[in-house]
Amino acid sequence: MAEPNEGAAESRKKSTDAGQSQPERANSLARVGAKSTKRRMPRALSSLFANKLATFGAIVLVLVTFAAIFAPVIAPHDPNAQMLVDNRQPGIWSSEGSSTYILGTDSLGRDIFSRILYGAQISLLVGITAVALAGAIGITLGLISGFYGRFIDDVIMRIADVQLAIPFILLAIAILAVLGQGLQNVILTLGIANWVVYGRVVRGQVLSWKEKEFVEAARSIGARDVSIMLKHILPNTFASIIVIASFAVAATILAEAALSFLGLGVPPSIPTWGGMVNRGRDNILTGEWWIYTFPGLAIMFTVLAVNVIGDWLRDYLDPRMRV
Amino acid sequence: MTQYIIRRILQAFLVMLGVTFLVFIVMFQAGDPVILMASPDASAEEIENLRRNLGLDRPWYIQYADFLGGAVQGDFGNSLRQGQPVFNLVMERIPATLQLAASAFVFSVVISIPVGVISATRRNTIYDNLAMGFALLGQSLPVFFLGVMLIWIFGFVFGWLPSAGRGDPDFVSRMRHLILPAITLGTFSLAQNARLVRSSLLEVLGLDYVKTARAKGISEYHVIMRHALRNALIPVVTVIGIQFGALLGGAVITETVFAWPGIGRLLIQAINQQDFPLAVGAVTIIALIFVVLNLIVDLTYGFLDPRVRYS
Repeated sequence: MAEPNEGAAESRKKSTDAGQSQPERANSLARVGAKSTKRRMPRALSSLFANKLATFGAIVLVLVTFAAIFAPVIAPHDPNAQMLVDNRQPGIWSSEGSSTYILGTDSLGRDIFSRILYGAQISLLVGITAVALAGAIGITLGLISGFYGRFIDDVIMRIADVQLAIPFILLAIAILAVLGQGLQNVILTLGIANWVVYGRVVRGQVLSWKEKEFVEAARSIGARDVSIMLKHILPNTFASIIVIASFAVAATILAEAALSFLGLGVPPSIPTWGGMVNRGRDNILTGEWWIYTFPGLAIMFTVLAVNVIGDWLRDYLDPRMRV
Repeated sequence: MTQYIIRRILQAFLVMLGVTFLVFIVMFQAGDPVILMASPDASAEEIENLRRNLGLDRPWYIQYADFLGGAVQGDFGNSLRQGQPVFNLVMERIPATLQLAASAFVFSVVISIPVGVISATRRNTIYDNLAMGFALLGQSLPVFFLGVMLIWIFGFVFGWLPSAGRGDPDFVSRMRHLILPAITLGTFSLAQNARLVRSSLLEVLGLDYVKTARAKGISEYHVIMRHALRNALIPVVTVIGIQFGALLGGAVITETVFAWPGIGRLLIQAINQQDFPLAVGAVTIIALIFVVLNLIVDLTYGFLDPRVRYS
């Protein structure tokens, strides 16, 4: 799937070099394979800024991250403080609103703006950690599965098949039903429910990379399996992993919001965007649209930002993945 | 071909076995149903008796074998809350879920293909940019938020469409109730398909045989409809097949938003009420539908494209 990068090309060229003794050649080949995917950052940044959508995505993500980190400083109110006398107030756009609550208040008189800032913490935390967990599980199993093949490969891939036979959100609901509500449980659930895509892609790539000369070279100078997997094969799969992970962050943020919306995710005492939309549903028929619209827009823009960054990353790192 | 069919059916069977095992193990850990069923002032002895009567004091593998034996006969036990057989409760809800998923599916396919074709053939025009902008938005909108917005706009502000339940059994009422949930559920795959049709068609339009067709003087309309689109739709068909299954999963959320009486809502209610057998039954049956659908897609695909059979 990935473009064979410099490592493979160089190793082929070098392998024809005369005048090197056998072990020396194997040594240099192994080194080349190991550091094949280094890329220069400035080129990436200039490519990012050349793409308007991706620039927009990057700005939104920086803002959301800023909001999440500095929520305690920026938020004008305690996100859980209930000012019942001020309940269901519109924000600054309305003549009935006030600058105290710029985006209005919910039915318990909590400040929506402050809750959105704190909600960013949960969305980003879950989005990033659950994807990291899924990646760690998937990459490990994918490496083992592709590298050793045979029985262990069969077992791991059949587990993957079983997991794919249950729709993702359904699997997450089932696991959460057992683990119970809680931030850690949500992260754990989304991590476990999501590893398969990494596992399959990494396995597929390992199958092709492990036949390359530089891997053989590494083996011939006595490198251990673990070191071959981690130093020689893994770096070549990074491009695909990064692209998958970026879209997975978007999907995970959506899934966390959906679980919170269903009341199965993070407990209601912690402000989350999905939970806010869920609570706001009761206010549709009374006309207080701001209670559910702003948190919903927060999810939408964050996910949109991650998606356009994902699109850009795919075009930049791995154009062949474009479908 | 026969060999391929047998192999795929066998695989699907193994996967289902794995699913029941996974679901059973997950739900086995889900807490003690006996405590929920016993009256609050039951003595320890009464609770033990109840546990023995329900067979819940046996080791897990015996319970699993028992569950599996029942499941193949459509017996998933009785709901703890409603007392009726789980199988009947789930079956009652299936038509509503299938109707919703099928409508969402039709909605997404019927719109996404023309949108994708127009986008690809008028690349970088305002149509293309608008369509792809909306597609990007559609992929980023949470299903439940879209549902809530549609209820607010069409149910509350304009008051045009009903926003809860499935309506009365007459056709007009059913259709009116179906519109908002179907749009809500179908939008994500609509966006995904439109982008896929566009990029797939763009790729095909660059191929030599399309240039040949053009060089022969065939009208652009025929070049696209007869020559390019057919090949461009191959990857789309694969994804669409997988999507129908994913719609069943997405239905859980949509059904909750619109109080749609399908399996998804039943499942969420079962989990909230800690109705263990009902939740297991619902998940297993949804997974079964999902596996069967994937099997049908694979077999169709193997039939259409011989290369698949040998991979």
